[in-house]
Amino acid sequence: MGEKLLEGLIYLCGISAIIFVLGIFFFVFKEAFPVLAKPNFSLGQFLFSPEWYPTSETNVRYGVFAMIVGTFSVTVLAMLIAVPFGLGAAVFVSEFCGPKLKETLKIIIELLAAIPSVVWGFIGLTVMSKLIVQFTGAPVGVNILNGGVILALMSVPIIVSIGEDALKAVPDSYREAGLALGATQWQLVYRVLLPAAKTGLLAAVLLGVGRAVGETMAVLMATGHAVHIPHSILDSVRTLTANIAAELGEAPEHSDHYRVLFLTGVLLFTITFAVNLAADLVIRGIRKK
Amino acid sequence: MSAMFTETPLVRRKLLLQGVAKWVFFGMAVAMIVPLLLIIGFLVVKAAPSLSLGFLLDVPAKGMKEGGIWPALVGTIYLVVISLAVAAPIGVLAAIYLNEYAKDNWFNRIINLAVINLAGVPSIVHALFGLGAFVYAARFGYSIISASLTLAIMTLPVIIASTREALAAVPRSFREACWNVGATRWQTIWRVVLPNSISGILTGVILQVSRAAGETAPIMFTGAVFFKAVQRGDLFPYGLGDQCMALSMHLYTLSTQVPGVRESIPYATAVVLLGSVLLVNATAIALRVWLRNRKKW
Repeated sequence: MGEKLLEGLIYLCGISAIIFVLGIFFFVFKEAFPVLAKPNFSLGQFLFSPEWYPTSETNVRYGVFAMIVGTFSVTVLAMLIAVPFGLGAAVFVSEFCGPKLKETLKIIIELLAAIPSVVWGFIGLTVMSKLIVQFTGAPVGVNILNGGVILALMSVPIIVSIGEDALKAVPDSYREAGLALGATQWQLVYRVLLPAAKTGLLAAVLLGVGRAVGETMAVLMATGHAVHIPHSILDSVRTLTANIAAELGEAPEHSDHYRVLFLTGVLLFTITFAVNLAADLVIRGIRKK
Repeated sequence: MSAMFTETPLVRRKLLLQGVAKWVFFGMAVAMIVPLLLIIGFLVVKAAPSLSLGFLLDVPAKGMKEGGIWPALVGTIYLVVISLAVAAPIGVLAAIYLNEYAKDNWFNRIINLAVINLAGVPSIVHALFGLGAFVYAARFGYSIISASLTLAIMTLPVIIASTREALAAVPRSFREACWNVGATRWQTIWRVVLPNSISGILTGVILQVSRAAGETAPIMFTGAVFFKAVQRGDLFPYGLGDQCMALSMHLYTLSTQVPGVRESIPYATAVVLLGSVLLVNATAIALRVWLRNRKKW
């Protein structure tokens, strides 16, 4: 009897993840929903207009296009840096180094993954922005470049660890066959391992993208606060996440402004859901094989 | 005879490429790590003038331009402890369900997907959820309880993932032996599986602590505030329904909202936050290494 009760509790906790994911969508959507029915709000304008004037007295406009571009540009830059370095580091850790060094590097990478995002933001705001002003002569150091570099450093650990898993999953018989033919390690990596592990490496990149898109505090502090479509890598931008974090505090409770910020949350939830789902399908595809 | 062993140009090129590739990959690994160690060193140097026991115990003074971080430190401990108390039992039981009870069918695949997605939801969306669900719908208001619950849900996947790993590491033969002497499923879990995986579960719990301590966005709009007057060294300054300060939030406030702070103070706050998170993680890693070395099976 007691055991049945306990197993019921275990089952309930087991399905809690589903409840919470649905709950997150439900509550965020619930707060956002009423604004969709407002006559002065259009979804097309929300998604495609770069005009964000949420507190204008005469003509309120809620367009998050500039923030979408901001998120996109920072993420792309971060991935341009993080993907080659992350995958390169994964190859090194998995194929080129001895067991002692491998263990050490994996521990360091795990510790890097633990650094809180607000500390990354602080590094961007202080160290990185000074370096950027000094080396590029940009008027302000908080911009796409700064956010991109910080996000790249934040995403590298996840890319390395998932990428290393993907390489580890390639059967040793592939390596042995290559070595027996007289291939060097580099030839092995380039001709055998990378093609064999490519879907796993894709999953690693996708998870890195997911992390970069959803990151809040670091980009809030490191990208500056300009709501406009950037023209160069040294322009300040605002991302979708940073916009919510920056304005939620001052938006009056249950006002349209407040609801539009929740709608941005729905948009973010949808994007990251899609990215994570894609990564999961990719990983599942490998296991099946 | 010796001609057989001289390198042909092709072999020489191949070996050269191998050497170059090795160093390039090594360089890539190093390029991700060394600058960061330098940055952390820089933070510590900048923080040095403020780092002392007094800094930890003092309350902020002169509009946060001077003084210490005590209220933020205690606030973070409150949030971590309460979120842990909520997340640990749910997370461990969820992992037990997924590893010990669930069969490989579509419903459980959806649960897995939900766990992965819960881990991938942006922290600011968790904040919106906490605001909508706990602050408004459950009427907890802006309070420690709302913030802790938000943190608990956010960190749940950390505990689920590492507990599952720990449970899966217990060999199936252990369970079968136990079933064969007539034990029920739960008796097997309680007497055999859990005792053999407890240290692994503990590792997951420790990782949850470090994650919860470092998060800022989820608590920003659910219960953490810029400033709260607290006595120096007071161990229990907050009630569950109060708002509180938190280290991560304090670092954000000091570095973006308060002009004219003494320069070393934000650095020192960052170092304290970073130091405690890394210390907690290092403990988890050490525990795991120790565990692997004394494994009996």
